[in-house]
Amino acid sequence: MVCFMSNVAANTSKKNEWSLKYRIRKNRELYFMIAPYFTLFFLFTILPVITSMVLSFSTFNVLEPPVFTGWPNYIRLFINDDIFKIAVRNTLILAVITGPISYLMCLLFAWIINEFRPGVRAFLTLIFYAPSISGNAYLIWNLILRGDRYGLLNGLLLELNLIDSAKIWLKTETYVLFFLIIVQLWLSLGTGFLTFIAGLQTIDKTLYEAGAVDGVKNRWQELWYITLPCMKPQLMFGAVMQITQSFAISDVSINLAGNPSVNYAGATIVTHLIDLGSIRYEMGYSSAIATILFLLMIATNKLAQKALKKVGT
Amino acid sequence: MKKNIKRFFRIKRTRKINRSLAGNMSLFIFMGICGLFMAAPLALIISNAFKPLDELFRYPPLLFPRNPSFDNFSDLAVLMSNSWVPLSRYILNTVIIVGGGTIGHVMLASLAAYPLAKRDFPGAKLLFSVVVLSLMFHWQVTQIPNYLIISKLGINNTYLALILPASAFGLGLYLMKQFMEQIPDSLLESAVLDGAREFQIYWSIVMPNVKPAWLTLAVLQFQQMWGNTGSTFLRDEQLKPLQFSLQQIVSSGPARQGAAAVVTLIIAAIPITFFMLCQSNIIETMATSGMKE
Repeated sequence: MVCFMSNVAANTSKKNEWSLKYRIRKNRELYFMIAPYFTLFFLFTILPVITSMVLSFSTFNVLEPPVFTGWPNYIRLFINDDIFKIAVRNTLILAVITGPISYLMCLLFAWIINEFRPGVRAFLTLIFYAPSISGNAYLIWNLILRGDRYGLLNGLLLELNLIDSAKIWLKTETYVLFFLIIVQLWLSLGTGFLTFIAGLQTIDKTLYEAGAVDGVKNRWQELWYITLPCMKPQLMFGAVMQITQSFAISDVSINLAGNPSVNYAGATIVTHLIDLGSIRYEMGYSSAIATILFLLMIATNKLAQKALKKVGT
Repeated sequence: MKKNIKRFFRIKRTRKINRSLAGNMSLFIFMGICGLFMAAPLALIISNAFKPLDELFRYPPLLFPRNPSFDNFSDLAVLMSNSWVPLSRYILNTVIIVGGGTIGHVMLASLAAYPLAKRDFPGAKLLFSVVVLSLMFHWQVTQIPNYLIISKLGINNTYLALILPASAFGLGLYLMKQFMEQIPDSLLESAVLDGAREFQIYWSIVMPNVKPAWLTLAVLQFQQMWGNTGSTFLRDEQLKPLQFSLQQIVSSGPARQGAAAVVTLIIAAIPITFFMLCQSNIIETMATSGMKE
């Protein structure tokens, strides 16, 4: 032991190597425990991202082996693909509107719900959370927005004489995006919302009393100076949930507006990806789309995390 | 009655500071309007299920049934009992797929979460930050390479094509790890002194203490798996889950709108019921879900 200690100073790098090996061997039981999960996680989450990035530089139709061509997919994407431009524009509109609004909705509703007694609180939480977990219940909006006079919205507006003939809401370019936003907002009180509800309940009540003594005058000051700084970790997690969701809007668009939708009015990056990948089998090209979307999501999330660190400071 | 209404709207006494009556009233009115917007489509789903066929196609459209009936339910029963693949087979498939994916996920994610939350070993931080990164993109992004990988593994058109990827979702591991972090170290140390192996500690000390977290994972995972028709990977009709056959009815045209209304109700009601039963546990788990830098 003494001999070993004297060698340490002379050869630190060797010591580090030895200790890393030692630490790995000492913890091998732990590695066995995480192995099953991380094997599957690597296969179905990490490997697909890498595959997608690699394939994005190739031409690949599944039947023949991929041919690596370099940048043409990206050049086509940014210069020649007019539908991609529409899809990016729609995705950004949807994300910029539904992302922040749904985030604020989650926060605002959670905050108001928290003022009620526990029983009422549980009931209201259920009502607001239910749409996001009821599978494809949003198809009910197809009945509400039906293009003939049997649709609820048309029926209501006709009865009130606000319109003189039924409108085909989901097949008219100017309305499609608006209704997608409405339905998406209806669906968006998900995991982030629950996190906020839970986070608000963990805040130490004595902080509010101390704040009142220190000059906090109304509920808005209380929210900004006490509540929000206390739930910063939850705010950051909620942001990840809402941002990721708002960039991936596709099922709602496909099932309400169709894919392709009228004049691509409801096309998003993901519907374009599905169109080219699952319908036209242009795997290389759709991988390029996926890679762009991946980078867009990660970048936005990282930016939001940076911004949220400043809350209350 | 009046007293009850008053009690219903009463705010908790402990939070009375910094609250004005006008502020309360306007926030609650706002909340009422938003609540109506959220609940109305759900109410419509329920009421549609009880409308006879002629009321489903009526002008002006009805919000509530005039002559509520169970006709739609019996229509659906007849449809389902006459399907080419028997209903019991669809249910069995759903039990295997949803059950396998849910149990697999809870087991594997908690098994991996314990070392990440409570032990320090080379690579632990890196692995967890990769999982956090995976929360930042949607699975839709990788759907095409995912399909290719599942084909290459030779598990296409088997239950495993749905169960294995679902077992390794990132959100479950994340929530489980965050929840496990609040278990006091002293609880584990005494077991280490007694010479217990890591797996024993996980199974007999950690797991019983994180019941809210694994209930949460189970409910969230159930929602995911229940909504999946499996039609991307499963080609044999014999292997498809109940969700697939239900969706077929929804998309089969005006004549089956009555049965379709019931189907929509069933699809929505099952995950909502599970959430209701476990709500307090889920809220408890979510309280620890915050991201620390």
